[in-house]
Amino acid sequence: MGFPLLTVILFFPLLGAIVVWLIPKEKEQLIRWFSIVLSFIPLALSIYLWIAYTRSAGGMQFEEIYNWIPVLKIRYHVGVDGISVPLVFLTSLLSTLSHFYSAYTIKKQVKEYYLFFLLLQMGMYGVFMSLDFVLFYVFWEIGLVPMYFLIGIWGGARREYAAIKFFLYTLIGSVAMLLAILYVYFNVGSFDILEATEKFHLIRPFAANIVPVSLAFWAFFVGFAIKVPSFPFHTWLPDAHTEAPTAGSVILAGILLKLGAYGMVRIALPIFSEAFSYYAWVVGILAVISIVYGAFVCMAQWDLKRLIAYSSVSHMGYVMLGIAAAAFALRMPGKETSAAIALNGAVLQMFNHGIITGGLFFLVGIIYEQAHTRELKAFGGLASKLPTYYGIFAVTGFASLGLPGLAGFWAEFMVFRGAFDIIPIYAVIGAVGIVVTAGYILWKIIQYMFLGTFNEERWGGKLVDMATFEKVTMWPLVLFMFAIGVYPAFIVNLLNDATTALLAKL
Amino acid sequence: MTLAKTLALLSPELVLLAGGLGILLLDMIWKDDEGKKDWLPYLTLVGLGGALAAVIVVWRGLGGGVSALATMLDVDALAMFICLMAVLVAALVVVFSVEFVRGKTPYRGEFYAFLLFAALGIALMAAATNLVLIYISVELLSVTSYVLTGYLRGDAKSNEAAIKYFLYGAIVSAAMLYGMSLFYGITGTTDLRGIAEFFSDPASMSELHWVVFAAMVLLFAGLGFKIAAVPFHQWAPDAYEGAPTPVTAFLSVGPKAAGFAVLLRVLIIGLPQFEADWTALLAAISIVTMTLGNVVAIVQKNIKRMIAYSSIAQAGYILIGLACLGADNYGLQGVLLYLLVYLFANLGLFAVVIAFSNATGSDEIEDYAGLMRRSPWLAAGMVVFFLSLVGIPPTAGFFGKVLIFASAIRTQSYLLAAIGVLNGVISLYYYFNVVRQGFFLPPKEAAPIPAAPELRVALLVCMAVVLGIGVFPQPFIQLAQGVARLLAI
Repeated sequence: MGFPLLTVILFFPLLGAIVVWLIPKEKEQLIRWFSIVLSFIPLALSIYLWIAYTRSAGGMQFEEIYNWIPVLKIRYHVGVDGISVPLVFLTSLLSTLSHFYSAYTIKKQVKEYYLFFLLLQMGMYGVFMSLDFVLFYVFWEIGLVPMYFLIGIWGGARREYAAIKFFLYTLIGSVAMLLAILYVYFNVGSFDILEATEKFHLIRPFAANIVPVSLAFWAFFVGFAIKVPSFPFHTWLPDAHTEAPTAGSVILAGILLKLGAYGMVRIALPIFSEAFSYYAWVVGILAVISIVYGAFVCMAQWDLKRLIAYSSVSHMGYVMLGIAAAAFALRMPGKETSAAIALNGAVLQMFNHGIITGGLFFLVGIIYEQAHTRELKAFGGLASKLPTYYGIFAVTGFASLGLPGLAGFWAEFMVFRGAFDIIPIYAVIGAVGIVVTAGYILWKIIQYMFLGTFNEERWGGKLVDMATFEKVTMWPLVLFMFAIGVYPAFIVNLLNDATTALLAKL
Repeated sequence: MTLAKTLALLSPELVLLAGGLGILLLDMIWKDDEGKKDWLPYLTLVGLGGALAAVIVVWRGLGGGVSALATMLDVDALAMFICLMAVLVAALVVVFSVEFVRGKTPYRGEFYAFLLFAALGIALMAAATNLVLIYISVELLSVTSYVLTGYLRGDAKSNEAAIKYFLYGAIVSAAMLYGMSLFYGITGTTDLRGIAEFFSDPASMSELHWVVFAAMVLLFAGLGFKIAAVPFHQWAPDAYEGAPTPVTAFLSVGPKAAGFAVLLRVLIIGLPQFEADWTALLAAISIVTMTLGNVVAIVQKNIKRMIAYSSIAQAGYILIGLACLGADNYGLQGVLLYLLVYLFANLGLFAVVIAFSNATGSDEIEDYAGLMRRSPWLAAGMVVFFLSLVGIPPTAGFFGKVLIFASAIRTQSYLLAAIGVLNGVISLYYYFNVVRQGFFLPPKEAAPIPAAPELRVALLVCMAVVLGIGVFPQPFIQLAQGVARLLAI
């Protein structure tokens, strides 16, 4: 066994947290810069991981297996494939940017802040790398606790409410998942995810065990759907995202939501493929409702951060639609290509949503730090006063609404291209969401904030354009929006190998 | 068996007895010397250390077997496991008491002696295989617990708690005795193995089924009282709130462990033929116990009362394991591991509560506001222990719950499992209400909270164990497996 690359990436944040814990809390500047510098190491390793991942070989790579709890056949089993590699990179990128941005904006209890943030980072890596159910579950839960504190201590006015609501909702989902994991364990005989993928449908064919397998499927599904979040499990999201500190919102929207979608692709779809395709219509309906309902709710928001929070419900709906389409296609011979396209679109949308919505939350934070309000009606005419801010916001907003040439377009295109061939009615209704998205981005955000007349009386001399650190935070994200928009192949090829391999096995 | 061999097998109990008597004696000798009396808790710890050594020696000597003593006691892995827990509980409670008891009562010596006698009661309960000895050891534990609960004579709440606890306990132990007499009347023996032998004849079963069920319910009243299961839980909130806090810590763990040990023995050794009956009974009690405990805990304003309801709920989770024994022993392992991790999490929590109350004199949850700024260690410990009680990794409680729920899934008791995990979510709400106070709200006073060195050590030990089992549970699960294998039907 060679260099344990994944283990190093996974536990570097823990090491960082331990060091931060040992630094006296008065040395705030040291803690900040230590965390930033330290976070470059997993970032660099994640880039290396992307490069070193051998596409031609496919499948799980960089696998590491050690016995952890042999009496229960629980192993430390990590590995990455084409789906997890970009998500590991996304985690590193957004974490590094968040550390950097927070260094300038977090003023109170700096030590605890970075301690929690680093633990959170470890939890997220762990979920994307784990190939053992218990390990997966442990990291899944480890992420909850630091996030609870990040919202509760550094959040906005209703932070206490938002923090416990976030914790309770996600915990309900995860305990349901725990029971389903145990059910799988008793049938497969081990906690290994790959083994379950191969064996579970043979041991418990859906047709012969409709009730228990359905229960297990729905337990997993609800666990993931709460995290995504899909309608009707989304109500924790607007509160948590709105009240969290900026970097917390970025991580919540950028990565934590992906954990749910990732779980669907890694666990629910491959292991419960028959049940998933049987219930694909329910998932599809939930996805379409999420897309359209989420978009319309955005239209009604006057709080910029809340608007972007709801836009996540809508945008993650595309991910669900792509997955539902792929599940539908399992029972439709001849639709394999469309299924792969839809699933590619779903996974690409996960990555894009991380880049784009992460960026949007940074942008909200940037204006809020100065104006101390997020009320859309309070602004106007910022375009002439804050040109750089306007430019970057416009690019990010256009990427979000799916303008060709920017990242968002390809994911939506692929989801709908796949879905339209498989489930045309769902796709047509879902497409309404795209129109409404354009509506709220252009009308609510661009028009109310940036166009019109500048309120000289209220904001005269008070608002300045983006500072250097804010630009530095945004540049990498904007770069990715353009890069994926112009040349999506560098990521889509990677995804495509993994998704076609995944679908071929079902 | 020779007398020497018998005494050797009983050495943990004998050491506890000798320790208790020794402390009483020294207390009399040092009657007027308060300075020397300060040594009593440490001497108690020495006695407990001796008992610990005896447990380890006897346990290793057993080599995985059982040594039955005159149809009265089984010295086996279960007895040793629970005896070990009794010693650990007593040791931690002694550590908690050093600071707390000083100045609050002039009768310090007896306090520690009673603790040792209570530990002896637990050890005997865990080994007893005869209804008579079970009754006597339950009473030994009960009487010492009553006295300890009412130990603060000047404190009206402590007195009230003791009286309530005593009256309630007297009634249920009468009920339990009645149940035992029914068993004796039916079977003609008080030996658990003899009872099982009697019922192994199918003819005897069908005829007397309903009497056996009634006797079982009556017996369960006494044991349900010990583990604080609904509907025998009403004493717990008042006794927990009024008792001196170290005694509350003891009550929340010690009698529970002992009660479960007796339940295991009575049900598995004595009444295996009635498994369907007691499984249904225990499943129903488990659902009511965890739900009631958790729901009522939400509205509590006093942290000791909250922990009282929380530990009622915890007993409910453990009952799931008993109700779902099934194949592969997951239920038994779950019960044992859960008891062990519950011990450290709950006693750790009490270390926080006692340190807080020593410094501020308050047990009100709202006074915990700003705890993180006043004492980061207490606050951090509190979070770890709460997480363990909810069952969130990487704490020990997670693996306790995994085994418990695994037993439910294994026996296809999906409803029981679902209610169990939902209760875990409810418990998060009230546990983290305290965390919310401690971390999100500004402190009412700025003064830092000092903790006595003994308490700090206890806190750190509990944290280390809770996190240690959470990350490396293998040896502890193996231990539980080893004990469970011996008991399996």
